[in-house]
Amino acid sequence: MLEVQNLTKVFNRGTVNEKVALSQVSLKLEAGDFVTVIGGNGAGKSTLLNSVAGVFPADGGRILLDQKDVTRLSEHRRAQYLGRVFQDPMMGTASDMNIEENLALAYRRGKRRTLKWGVTGAERARYRDLLRELDLGLENRLTDKVGLLSGGQRQALTLLMATLQAPRLLLLDEHTAALDPKTAAKVLALTQKLVEENHLTTLMVTHNMHDAIRLGNRLIMMNEGKIALEIAGQQKQSLHKADLIALFEKSGGSLESDRMLLS
Amino acid sequence: MTQVLLGAVSLGLLWSIMTIGVYITYRILDVADLSVEGSLPLGAAVACALIVKKTDPYLASLCAMGCGCLAGLCTGLLHTKLKIPALLSGILTMIALYSVNLRIMGAPNVSILRMNTVFRPLIRLGMSSSAAIIVVGGGCAVLLITVLYWFFGTELGSAIRATGNNQRMVRAQGINTDTMKILGLVISNGLVALSGAFIAQSQNFADVQMGTGSIVIGLASLIIGEVLFGGKNFYRRLVALILGAVVYRMIIALVLEMGMNPNDLKLFTAITVALALWLPQGKELLRTVKKSAGRERA
Repeated sequence: MLEVQNLTKVFNRGTVNEKVALSQVSLKLEAGDFVTVIGGNGAGKSTLLNSVAGVFPADGGRILLDQKDVTRLSEHRRAQYLGRVFQDPMMGTASDMNIEENLALAYRRGKRRTLKWGVTGAERARYRDLLRELDLGLENRLTDKVGLLSGGQRQALTLLMATLQAPRLLLLDEHTAALDPKTAAKVLALTQKLVEENHLTTLMVTHNMHDAIRLGNRLIMMNEGKIALEIAGQQKQSLHKADLIALFEKSGGSLESDRMLLS
Repeated sequence: MTQVLLGAVSLGLLWSIMTIGVYITYRILDVADLSVEGSLPLGAAVACALIVKKTDPYLASLCAMGCGCLAGLCTGLLHTKLKIPALLSGILTMIALYSVNLRIMGAPNVSILRMNTVFRPLIRLGMSSSAAIIVVGGGCAVLLITVLYWFFGTELGSAIRATGNNQRMVRAQGINTDTMKILGLVISNGLVALSGAFIAQSQNFADVQMGTGSIVIGLASLIIGEVLFGGKNFYRRLVALILGAVVYRMIIALVLEMGMNPNDLKLFTAITVALALWLPQGKELLRTVKKSAGRERA
Protein backbone atom coordinates (compact mmCIF):
# COMPACT_ATOMS: atom_id res chain seq x y z
CA MET A 1 0.00 0.00 0.00
CA LEU A 2 2.33 2.74 1.27
CA GLU A 3 6.04 2.29 1.01
CA VAL A 4 8.45 4.89 2.34
CA GLN A 5 12.08 4.23 1.42
CA ASN A 6 15.01 6.04 3.08
CA LEU A 7 13.04 9.24 3.34
CA THR A 8 15.09 12.26 4.41
CA LYS A 9 13.96 15.80 5.07
CA VAL A 10 16.16 18.65 6.27
CA PHE A 11 14.71 22.04 7.14
CA ASN A 12 16.76 25.26 6.77
CA ARG A 13 19.66 23.40 5.20
CA GLY A 14 22.94 25.27 5.44
CA THR A 15 21.83 27.69 8.13
CA VAL A 16 22.38 27.73 11.89
CA ASN A 17 18.80 26.53 12.25
CA GLU A 18 19.42 23.40 10.19
CA LYS A 19 17.18 20.62 11.43
CA VAL A 20 17.17 17.04 10.24
CA ALA A 21 13.48 16.26 10.59
CA LEU A 22 13.59 12.87 8.90
CA SER A 23 16.70 10.77 8.54
CA GLN A 24 16.55 7.74 6.23
CA VAL A 25 13.12 6.65 7.39
CA SER A 26 11.73 3.48 5.86
CA LEU A 27 8.24 2.21 6.51
CA LYS A 28 5.84 -0.16 4.84
CA LEU A 29 2.08 -0.28 5.31
CA GLU A 30 0.04 -3.24 4.08
CA ALA A 31 -3.53 -2.77 2.95
CA GLY A 32 -5.79 -2.48 5.99
CA ASP A 33 -2.99 -1.56 8.39
CA PHE A 34 -3.82 1.01 11.06
CA VAL A 35 -0.52 2.40 12.26
CA THR A 36 -0.28 4.82 15.15
CA VAL A 37 2.79 7.06 15.29
CA ILE A 38 4.01 8.43 18.58
CA GLY A 39 7.02 10.47 19.63
CA GLY A 40 8.14 13.65 21.35
CA ASN A 41 8.13 17.16 19.97
CA GLY A 42 10.33 17.45 16.90
CA ALA A 43 10.62 13.67 16.53
CA GLY A 44 9.53 13.95 12.90
CA LYS A 45 6.01 12.53 13.14
CA SER A 46 4.24 15.38 11.37
CA THR A 47 7.08 15.77 8.90
CA LEU A 48 6.64 12.12 7.95
CA LEU A 49 2.92 12.62 7.41
CA ASN A 50 3.36 15.87 5.48
CA SER A 51 6.05 14.30 3.28
CA VAL A 52 3.67 11.49 2.40
CA ALA A 53 0.97 14.08 1.67
CA GLY A 54 3.38 16.06 -0.50
CA VAL A 55 3.18 19.33 1.44
CA PHE A 56 6.91 19.80 0.78
CA PRO A 57 9.35 17.90 -1.44
CA ALA A 58 11.53 15.24 0.18
CA ASP A 59 15.29 15.78 0.22
CA GLY A 60 16.01 12.09 -0.31
CA GLY A 61 14.33 8.75 -0.58
CA ARG A 62 11.15 7.61 -2.27
CA ILE A 63 7.46 7.38 -1.49
CA LEU A 64 5.34 4.73 -3.20
CA LEU A 65 1.57 4.40 -3.08
CA ASP A 66 0.27 1.14 -4.54
CA GLN A 67 3.71 0.56 -6.09
CA LYS A 68 3.42 3.89 -7.87
CA ASP A 69 6.22 6.36 -7.25
CA VAL A 70 4.60 9.59 -6.03
CA THR A 71 7.75 11.24 -4.65
CA ARG A 72 7.63 14.04 -7.23
CA LEU A 73 3.86 14.32 -7.45
CA SER A 74 2.49 17.70 -6.30
CA GLU A 75 0.31 17.92 -3.21
CA HIS A 76 -2.96 18.42 -5.09
CA ARG A 77 -2.26 15.53 -7.46
CA ARG A 78 -1.42 13.19 -4.62
CA ALA A 79 -4.66 14.16 -2.92
CA GLN A 80 -6.61 11.74 -5.13
CA TYR A 81 -5.14 8.87 -3.08
CA LEU A 82 -5.22 10.50 0.34
CA GLY A 83 -7.72 11.51 2.97
CA ARG A 84 -6.32 14.00 5.47
CA VAL A 85 -7.34 15.42 8.83
CA PHE A 86 -5.23 18.09 10.46
CA GLN A 87 -4.48 19.00 14.05
CA ASP A 88 -6.12 22.41 13.75
CA PRO A 89 -9.90 21.99 13.35
CA MET A 90 -9.91 25.20 11.25
CA MET A 91 -7.53 23.63 8.73
CA GLY A 92 -9.67 20.88 7.26
CA THR A 93 -12.72 22.87 6.19
CA ALA A 94 -13.56 26.14 4.43
CA SER A 95 -15.22 28.20 7.16
CA ASP A 96 -17.03 30.70 4.92
CA MET A 97 -18.68 27.93 2.94
CA ASN A 98 -21.56 25.83 4.16
CA ILE A 99 -21.57 22.20 5.22
CA GLU A 100 -22.87 20.75 1.98
CA GLU A 101 -20.45 22.81 -0.10
CA ASN A 102 -17.55 21.51 1.97
CA LEU A 103 -18.73 17.94 1.59
CA ALA A 104 -19.23 18.45 -2.15
CA LEU A 105 -15.67 19.75 -2.51
CA ALA A 106 -14.40 16.63 -0.76
CA TYR A 107 -16.68 14.32 -2.73
CA ARG A 108 -14.91 15.48 -5.90
CA ARG A 109 -11.42 14.91 -4.52
CA GLY A 110 -9.05 13.98 -7.32
CA LYS A 111 -11.61 14.70 -10.03
CA ARG A 112 -11.65 17.49 -12.60
CA ARG A 113 -13.69 20.49 -11.53
CA THR A 114 -16.17 21.20 -14.30
CA LEU A 115 -18.95 23.69 -14.90
CA LYS A 116 -21.53 21.26 -13.56
CA TRP A 117 -23.51 22.43 -10.56
CA GLY A 118 -21.45 22.22 -7.35
CA VAL A 119 -23.91 20.22 -5.20
CA THR A 120 -26.58 17.96 -6.68
CA GLY A 121 -29.86 16.96 -5.05
CA ALA A 122 -28.92 13.28 -4.83
CA GLU A 123 -25.68 14.17 -3.07
CA ARG A 124 -27.55 16.33 -0.61
CA ALA A 125 -29.72 13.39 0.49
CA ARG A 126 -26.65 11.23 0.93
CA TYR A 127 -24.85 13.90 2.96
CA ARG A 128 -27.87 14.24 5.21
CA ASP A 129 -27.83 10.48 5.90
CA LEU A 130 -24.11 10.47 6.61
CA LEU A 131 -24.37 13.47 8.90
CA ARG A 132 -27.23 11.84 10.78
CA GLU A 133 -24.90 8.94 11.58
CA LEU A 134 -22.47 11.36 13.21
CA ASP A 135 -25.21 12.13 15.72
CA LEU A 136 -24.12 15.74 16.12
CA GLY A 137 -27.34 17.33 14.90
CA LEU A 138 -25.68 18.47 11.68
CA GLU A 139 -28.13 16.70 9.34
CA ASN A 140 -30.50 19.66 9.40
CA ARG A 141 -27.79 22.27 9.08
CA LEU A 142 -26.54 21.53 5.55
CA THR A 143 -26.63 25.19 4.57
CA ASP A 144 -25.01 26.52 7.75
CA LYS A 145 -21.56 28.03 7.42
CA VAL A 146 -18.89 25.67 8.76
CA GLY A 147 -17.42 28.61 10.67
CA LEU A 148 -20.41 28.37 13.02
CA LEU A 149 -19.51 24.82 14.12
CA SER A 150 -17.52 23.88 17.21
CA GLY A 151 -14.02 22.44 16.93
CA GLY A 152 -15.28 18.92 17.55
CA GLN A 153 -18.03 19.24 14.97
CA ARG A 154 -15.57 20.58 12.44
CA GLN A 155 -13.15 17.74 13.09
CA ALA A 156 -15.95 15.17 12.71
CA LEU A 157 -16.98 16.84 9.47
CA THR A 158 -13.37 16.81 8.23
CA LEU A 159 -13.18 13.09 8.99
CA LEU A 160 -16.35 12.52 7.03
CA MET A 161 -14.93 14.59 4.17
CA ALA A 162 -11.66 12.63 4.20
CA THR A 163 -13.52 9.33 3.89
CA LEU A 164 -16.38 10.41 1.61
CA GLN A 165 -14.38 9.14 -1.36
CA ALA A 166 -12.67 6.15 0.27
CA PRO A 167 -8.98 7.14 0.16
CA ARG A 168 -6.18 4.64 -0.47
CA LEU A 169 -4.57 5.99 2.68
CA LEU A 170 -5.97 8.04 5.56
CA LEU A 171 -3.55 10.47 7.20
CA LEU A 172 -4.47 11.75 10.66
CA ASP A 173 -2.16 14.39 12.08
CA GLU A 174 -2.91 14.64 15.82
CA HIS A 175 -6.48 15.28 14.83
CA THR A 176 -7.80 15.19 18.41
CA ALA A 177 -4.99 17.16 20.08
CA ALA A 178 -6.85 20.49 19.97
CA LEU A 179 -10.11 19.10 21.40
CA ASP A 180 -11.28 18.72 24.97
CA PRO A 181 -11.04 15.14 26.32
CA LYS A 182 -14.72 14.31 25.92
CA THR A 183 -14.92 15.59 22.35
CA ALA A 184 -11.59 13.96 21.54
CA ALA A 185 -12.96 10.60 22.66
CA LYS A 186 -16.02 11.07 20.44
CA VAL A 187 -13.93 11.98 17.41
CA LEU A 188 -11.63 9.00 18.05
CA ALA A 189 -14.61 6.65 18.25
CA LEU A 190 -15.84 8.08 14.95
CA THR A 191 -12.38 7.60 13.47
CA GLN A 192 -12.41 3.96 14.47
CA LYS A 193 -15.87 3.46 13.04
CA LEU A 194 -15.10 5.08 9.69
CA VAL A 195 -11.80 3.22 9.35
CA GLU A 196 -13.46 -0.13 10.07
CA GLU A 197 -16.49 0.45 7.87
CA ASN A 198 -14.41 1.52 4.88
CA HIS A 199 -11.46 -0.86 5.57
CA LEU A 200 -9.07 2.08 5.35
CA THR A 201 -5.33 1.91 5.58
CA THR A 202 -4.49 4.53 8.17
CA LEU A 203 -1.49 6.41 9.50
CA MET A 204 -2.32 8.31 12.68
CA VAL A 205 0.04 10.62 14.52
CA THR A 206 -0.80 11.17 18.16
CA HIS A 207 0.67 12.59 21.33
CA ASN A 208 -1.45 10.36 23.46
CA MET A 209 0.26 7.07 24.41
CA HIS A 210 -2.97 5.57 25.58
CA ASP A 211 -4.66 6.17 22.23
CA ALA A 212 -1.59 4.96 20.36
CA ILE A 213 -1.73 1.66 22.22
CA ARG A 214 -5.49 1.25 22.11
CA LEU A 215 -6.04 2.01 18.44
CA GLY A 216 -4.66 0.29 15.37
CA ASN A 217 -2.73 -2.90 14.79
CA ARG A 218 0.77 -1.42 14.68
CA LEU A 219 2.57 1.24 16.68
CA ILE A 220 5.63 3.22 15.70
CA MET A 221 7.64 5.41 18.01
CA MET A 222 9.81 8.09 16.47
CA ASN A 223 12.81 9.90 17.89
CA GLU A 224 15.09 12.47 16.27
CA GLY A 225 13.86 11.81 12.75
CA LYS A 226 14.13 8.04 12.97
CA ILE A 227 11.81 5.19 13.78
CA ALA A 228 13.04 4.15 17.20
CA LEU A 229 10.64 1.36 17.93
CA GLU A 230 7.97 -0.69 16.23
CA ILE A 231 5.44 -2.93 17.91
CA ALA A 232 2.74 -4.97 16.22
CA GLY A 233 0.14 -7.69 16.68
CA GLN A 234 -0.08 -9.60 19.98
CA GLN A 235 2.71 -7.65 21.60
CA LYS A 236 0.87 -4.38 20.96
CA GLN A 237 -2.40 -5.60 22.38
CA SER A 238 -0.87 -6.50 25.73
CA LEU A 239 1.18 -3.32 25.86
CA HIS A 240 1.02 -0.81 28.74
CA LYS A 241 2.19 2.75 28.96
CA ALA A 242 5.00 1.85 31.35
CA ASP A 243 6.20 -0.93 29.02
CA LEU A 244 6.27 1.51 26.15
CA ILE A 245 8.37 4.03 28.05
CA ALA A 246 10.76 1.33 29.18
CA LEU A 247 11.07 -0.10 25.68
CA PHE A 248 11.63 3.33 24.26
CA GLU A 249 14.39 4.20 26.72
CA LYS A 250 16.07 0.87 26.10
CA SER A 251 16.17 1.65 22.40
CA GLY A 252 18.13 4.81 23.15
CA GLY A 253 15.41 7.45 23.15
CA SER A 254 14.91 9.99 25.86
CA LEU A 255 11.57 11.31 27.02
CA GLU A 256 12.65 14.15 29.24
CA SER A 257 10.67 17.40 29.28
CA ASP A 258 8.09 16.17 26.90
CA ARG A 259 4.42 16.75 26.43
CA MET A 260 4.06 13.06 25.54
CA LEU A 261 4.72 11.92 29.10
CA LEU A 262 1.97 14.07 30.45
CA SER A 263 -0.71 12.61 28.25
CA MET B 1 -30.27 68.19 -9.92
CA THR B 2 -32.11 65.25 -11.55
CA GLN B 3 -29.62 65.52 -14.40
CA VAL B 4 -26.76 65.25 -11.92
CA LEU B 5 -28.30 62.26 -10.16
CA LEU B 6 -29.12 60.54 -13.45
CA GLY B 7 -25.52 61.04 -14.50
CA ALA B 8 -24.35 59.58 -11.19
CA VAL B 9 -26.56 56.51 -11.58
CA SER B 10 -25.36 55.88 -15.12
CA LEU B 11 -21.70 56.25 -14.18
CA GLY B 12 -22.26 54.10 -11.09
CA LEU B 13 -23.69 51.27 -13.20
CA LEU B 14 -20.63 51.30 -15.46
CA TRP B 15 -18.30 51.31 -12.46
CA SER B 16 -20.31 48.52 -10.83
CA ILE B 17 -18.87 46.09 -13.39
CA MET B 18 -15.45 47.08 -12.12
CA THR B 19 -16.64 46.74 -8.53
CA ILE B 20 -17.68 43.14 -9.19
CA GLY B 21 -14.19 42.51 -10.55
CA VAL B 22 -12.64 43.93 -7.39
CA TYR B 23 -15.01 41.82 -5.29
CA ILE B 24 -13.83 38.63 -6.99
CA THR B 25 -10.22 39.24 -6.02
CA TYR B 26 -10.59 41.16 -2.77
CA ARG B 27 -13.40 39.17 -1.16
CA ILE B 28 -13.59 35.81 -2.93
CA LEU B 29 -9.88 35.18 -3.53
CA ASP B 30 -8.72 37.26 -0.55
CA VAL B 31 -6.09 39.00 -2.70
CA ALA B 32 -5.66 42.77 -2.97
CA ASP B 33 -5.06 43.03 -6.71
CA LEU B 34 -3.67 46.38 -7.84
CA SER B 35 -3.38 45.41 -11.50
CA VAL B 36 -6.93 46.73 -11.94
CA GLU B 37 -5.44 50.23 -11.94
CA GLY B 38 -3.80 49.25 -15.21
CA SER B 39 -6.50 47.02 -16.66
CA LEU B 40 -9.19 49.70 -16.40
CA PRO B 41 -7.35 52.10 -18.75
CA LEU B 42 -6.25 49.06 -20.76
CA GLY B 43 -9.88 48.28 -21.49
CA ALA B 44 -10.52 51.91 -22.35
CA ALA B 45 -7.44 52.11 -24.59
CA VAL B 46 -8.20 48.92 -26.50
CA ALA B 47 -11.84 49.83 -27.03
CA CYS B 48 -11.10 53.39 -28.20
CA ALA B 49 -8.16 52.41 -30.39
CA LEU B 50 -10.39 49.86 -32.13
CA ILE B 51 -13.38 52.19 -32.40
CA VAL B 52 -11.18 54.82 -34.04
CA LYS B 53 -10.34 52.12 -36.60
CA LYS B 54 -14.12 51.73 -37.23
CA THR B 55 -14.46 48.43 -35.38
CA ASP B 56 -17.92 47.54 -34.12
CA PRO B 57 -18.09 48.96 -30.56
CA TYR B 58 -19.50 45.71 -29.11
CA LEU B 59 -16.67 43.72 -30.65
CA ALA B 60 -14.20 46.38 -29.45
CA SER B 61 -15.55 46.07 -25.89
CA LEU B 62 -15.21 42.29 -26.03
CA CYS B 63 -11.60 42.65 -27.23
CA ALA B 64 -10.99 45.04 -24.34
CA MET B 65 -12.32 42.42 -21.95
CA GLY B 66 -10.06 39.78 -23.48
CA CYS B 67 -7.02 42.04 -23.05
CA GLY B 68 -8.01 42.58 -19.41
CA CYS B 69 -8.08 38.80 -18.97
CA LEU B 70 -4.53 38.64 -20.31
CA ALA B 71 -3.46 41.31 -17.82
CA GLY B 72 -4.97 39.20 -15.04
CA LEU B 73 -3.12 36.19 -16.39
CA CYS B 74 0.16 38.13 -16.10
CA THR B 75 -0.50 39.02 -12.47
CA GLY B 76 -1.54 35.44 -11.77
CA LEU B 77 1.60 33.97 -13.31
CA LEU B 78 3.85 36.46 -11.50
CA HIS B 79 2.17 35.56 -8.23
CA THR B 80 1.90 31.78 -8.53
CA LYS B 81 4.80 30.75 -10.75
CA LEU B 82 7.41 33.33 -9.74
CA LYS B 83 6.09 33.36 -6.14
CA ILE B 84 6.00 37.18 -6.02
CA PRO B 85 3.61 38.43 -3.31
CA ALA B 86 0.15 39.21 -4.72
CA LEU B 87 0.30 42.91 -3.92
CA LEU B 88 3.64 43.34 -5.68
CA SER B 89 2.57 41.21 -8.66
CA GLY B 90 -0.38 43.53 -9.14
CA ILE B 91 1.81 46.63 -8.90
CA LEU B 92 4.23 45.20 -11.49
CA THR B 93 1.42 44.50 -13.95
CA MET B 94 -0.07 47.93 -13.30
CA ILE B 95 3.22 49.70 -14.05
CA ALA B 96 3.87 47.57 -17.12
CA LEU B 97 0.38 48.30 -18.42
CA TYR B 98 1.05 52.05 -18.28
CA SER B 99 3.57 51.64 -21.12
CA VAL B 100 1.38 49.11 -22.89
CA ASN B 101 -1.59 51.49 -22.78
CA LEU B 102 0.50 54.33 -24.24
CA ARG B 103 1.59 51.98 -27.02
CA ILE B 104 -1.98 50.93 -27.77
CA MET B 105 -3.26 54.49 -27.96
CA GLY B 106 -0.09 55.96 -29.48
CA ALA B 107 -0.72 59.03 -27.31
CA PRO B 108 -1.70 59.77 -23.70
CA ASN B 109 -5.35 59.94 -24.76
CA VAL B 110 -7.64 59.07 -27.65
CA SER B 111 -10.91 60.82 -28.47
CA ILE B 112 -13.81 58.97 -30.06
CA LEU B 113 -16.09 61.99 -30.17
CA ARG B 114 -18.94 61.57 -32.69
CA MET B 115 -17.87 58.01 -33.38
CA ASN B 116 -19.93 54.88 -32.87
CA THR B 117 -20.20 53.54 -29.31
CA VAL B 118 -22.21 50.81 -27.59
CA PHE B 119 -24.60 53.56 -26.44
CA ARG B 120 -25.05 55.23 -29.82
CA PRO B 121 -27.83 52.95 -31.19
CA LEU B 122 -30.02 53.79 -28.19
CA ILE B 123 -29.26 57.50 -28.40
CA ARG B 124 -30.25 57.38 -32.06
CA LEU B 125 -33.59 55.95 -30.94
CA GLY B 126 -34.13 59.20 -29.08
CA MET B 127 -32.84 58.38 -25.59
CA SER B 128 -30.75 60.85 -23.65
CA SER B 129 -27.15 59.75 -23.25
CA SER B 130 -27.64 59.13 -19.50
CA ALA B 131 -30.65 56.93 -20.19
CA ALA B 132 -28.77 54.99 -22.84
CA ILE B 133 -25.90 54.39 -20.43
CA ILE B 134 -28.32 53.27 -17.72
CA VAL B 135 -29.96 50.77 -20.07
CA VAL B 136 -26.68 49.31 -21.35
CA GLY B 137 -24.88 49.44 -17.98
CA GLY B 138 -27.88 48.10 -16.08
CA GLY B 139 -28.47 45.32 -18.60
CA CYS B 140 -24.83 44.36 -18.41
CA ALA B 141 -24.92 44.35 -14.61
CA VAL B 142 -28.00 42.10 -14.51
CA LEU B 143 -26.43 39.74 -17.03
CA LEU B 144 -23.22 39.63 -14.98
CA ILE B 145 -25.03 38.88 -11.74
CA THR B 146 -26.82 35.98 -13.41
CA VAL B 147 -23.70 34.53 -14.99
CA LEU B 148 -21.54 34.94 -11.87
CA TYR B 149 -24.21 33.53 -9.60
CA TRP B 150 -24.28 30.45 -11.79
CA PHE B 151 -20.50 30.24 -12.18
CA PHE B 152 -19.65 30.45 -8.49
CA GLY B 153 -22.17 27.71 -7.81
CA THR B 154 -20.45 25.25 -10.16
CA GLU B 155 -17.71 22.82 -9.15
CA LEU B 156 -15.08 25.13 -10.60
CA GLY B 157 -16.55 28.26 -9.00
CA SER B 158 -16.80 26.52 -5.62
CA ALA B 159 -13.16 25.54 -5.92
CA ILE B 160 -12.21 29.20 -6.49
CA ARG B 161 -14.27 30.32 -3.50
CA ALA B 162 -12.69 27.66 -1.30
CA THR B 163 -9.21 28.73 -2.44
CA GLY B 164 -9.82 32.20 -1.02
CA ASN B 165 -10.95 30.57 2.19
CA ASN B 166 -8.49 27.82 3.05
CA GLN B 167 -5.74 26.90 0.61
CA ARG B 168 -4.43 23.93 2.54
CA MET B 169 -7.83 22.32 2.65
CA VAL B 170 -8.32 22.98 -1.05
CA ARG B 171 -5.04 21.30 -1.96
CA ALA B 172 -5.94 18.36 0.27
CA GLN B 173 -9.09 18.00 -1.86
CA GLY B 174 -6.97 17.70 -4.99
CA ILE B 175 -7.45 21.19 -6.35
CA ASN B 176 -4.57 23.18 -7.82
CA THR B 177 -4.74 26.45 -5.86
CA ASP B 178 -2.42 28.20 -8.34
CA THR B 179 -4.81 27.54 -11.22
CA MET B 180 -7.76 28.76 -9.18
CA LYS B 181 -5.99 32.01 -8.26
CA ILE B 182 -4.99 32.64 -11.86
CA LEU B 183 -8.54 31.96 -13.01
CA GLY B 184 -9.97 34.38 -10.45
CA LEU B 185 -7.52 37.11 -11.47
CA VAL B 186 -8.30 36.55 -15.16
CA ILE B 187 -12.05 36.90 -14.64
CA SER B 188 -11.63 39.91 -12.36
CA ASN B 189 -9.36 41.86 -14.68
CA GLY B 190 -11.50 40.98 -17.68
CA LEU B 191 -14.49 42.59 -15.97
CA VAL B 192 -12.45 45.63 -14.94
CA ALA B 193 -11.27 46.12 -18.52
CA LEU B 194 -14.84 45.78 -19.81
CA SER B 195 -15.86 48.44 -17.32
CA GLY B 196 -13.02 50.63 -18.57
CA ALA B 197 -14.16 50.15 -22.16
CA PHE B 198 -17.71 51.24 -21.29
CA ILE B 199 -16.56 54.21 -19.20
CA ALA B 200 -14.36 55.44 -22.05
CA GLN B 201 -17.25 55.16 -24.51
CA SER B 202 -19.56 57.01 -22.15
CA GLN B 203 -17.14 59.94 -21.87
CA ASN B 204 -15.99 59.67 -25.51
CA PHE B 205 -12.30 59.37 -24.73
CA ALA B 206 -9.70 57.12 -23.16
CA ASP B 207 -6.92 58.52 -21.01
CA VAL B 208 -3.83 56.75 -19.76
CA GLN B 209 -4.40 58.29 -16.32
CA MET B 210 -8.00 57.20 -15.89
CA GLY B 211 -7.08 54.16 -13.78
CA THR B 212 -5.44 56.16 -11.01
CA GLY B 213 -7.21 55.48 -7.76
CA SER B 214 -9.67 53.07 -9.36
CA ILE B 215 -8.90 50.32 -6.85
CA VAL B 216 -9.91 52.68 -4.05
CA ILE B 217 -13.12 53.61 -5.87
CA GLY B 218 -13.82 49.90 -6.33
CA LEU B 219 -13.22 49.21 -2.65
CA ALA B 220 -15.31 52.19 -1.58
CA SER B 221 -18.23 50.97 -3.70
CA LEU B 222 -17.80 47.43 -2.42
CA ILE B 223 -17.81 48.47 1.23
CA ILE B 224 -20.70 50.92 0.84
CA GLY B 225 -22.65 48.14 -0.86
CA GLU B 226 -21.87 45.62 1.87
CA VAL B 227 -22.68 48.00 4.72
CA LEU B 228 -25.91 49.39 3.26
CA PHE B 229 -27.34 46.48 1.27
CA GLY B 230 -25.27 43.43 2.24
CA GLY B 231 -27.10 40.14 2.64
CA LYS B 232 -26.44 36.56 3.50
CA ASN B 233 -26.68 34.85 0.16
CA PHE B 234 -24.40 35.34 -2.80
CA TYR B 235 -27.11 36.77 -5.05
CA ARG B 236 -27.88 39.54 -2.54
CA ARG B 237 -24.21 40.30 -2.20
CA LEU B 238 -23.78 40.77 -5.94
CA VAL B 239 -26.79 43.09 -6.09
CA ALA B 240 -25.34 45.01 -3.14
CA LEU B 241 -22.16 45.64 -5.15
CA ILE B 242 -24.11 47.25 -7.98
CA LEU B 243 -26.08 49.42 -5.57
CA GLY B 244 -22.87 50.29 -3.69
CA ALA B 245 -21.23 51.54 -6.87
CA VAL B 246 -24.28 53.67 -7.70
CA VAL B 247 -24.49 55.12 -4.18
CA TYR B 248 -20.79 55.95 -4.24
CA ARG B 249 -21.29 57.97 -7.44
CA MET B 250 -24.28 59.72 -5.92
CA ILE B 251 -22.26 60.69 -2.84
CA ILE B 252 -19.50 62.05 -5.07
CA ALA B 253 -22.01 63.95 -7.20
CA LEU B 254 -23.57 65.42 -4.07
CA VAL B 255 -20.34 66.60 -2.45
CA LEU B 256 -19.26 68.14 -5.75
CA GLU B 257 -22.64 69.83 -6.01
CA MET B 258 -22.13 71.16 -2.50
CA GLY B 259 -19.00 72.90 -3.71
CA MET B 260 -16.15 70.55 -2.94
CA ASN B 261 -13.01 71.14 -5.01
CA PRO B 262 -12.79 68.24 -7.50
CA ASN B 263 -9.06 68.03 -6.82
CA ASP B 264 -9.84 66.93 -3.26
CA LEU B 265 -11.99 64.04 -4.47
CA LYS B 266 -9.36 61.32 -4.19
CA LEU B 267 -8.43 62.43 -0.67
CA PHE B 268 -12.10 62.33 0.25
CA THR B 269 -12.48 58.82 -1.20
CA ALA B 270 -9.35 57.55 0.54
CA ILE B 271 -10.54 58.84 3.91
CA THR B 272 -13.99 57.33 3.36
CA VAL B 273 -12.50 53.93 2.53
CA ALA B 274 -10.09 54.07 5.48
CA LEU B 275 -13.00 54.80 7.82
CA ALA B 276 -15.15 52.08 6.26
CA LEU B 277 -12.36 49.50 6.54
CA TRP B 278 -11.92 50.46 10.18
CA LEU B 279 -15.66 50.19 10.81
CA PRO B 280 -15.78 46.54 12.03
CA GLN B 281 -12.95 47.12 14.53
CA GLY B 282 -14.38 50.53 15.40
CA LYS B 283 -17.69 48.95 16.34
CA GLU B 284 -15.85 46.45 18.54
CA LEU B 285 -13.86 49.25 20.18
CA LEU B 286 -17.01 51.26 20.86
CA ARG B 287 -18.65 48.22 22.43
CA THR B 288 -15.74 47.59 24.84
CA VAL B 289 -15.54 51.27 25.73
CA LYS B 290 -19.26 51.30 26.48
CA LYS B 291 -18.99 48.11 28.49
CA SER B 292 -16.14 49.34 30.67
CA ALA B 293 -17.90 52.68 31.16
CA GLY B 294 -20.99 50.79 32.30
CA ARG B 295 -18.94 48.71 34.72
CA GLU B 296 -17.34 51.79 36.27
CA ARG B 297 -20.72 53.33 36.86
CA ALA B 298 -22.05 50.16 38.47
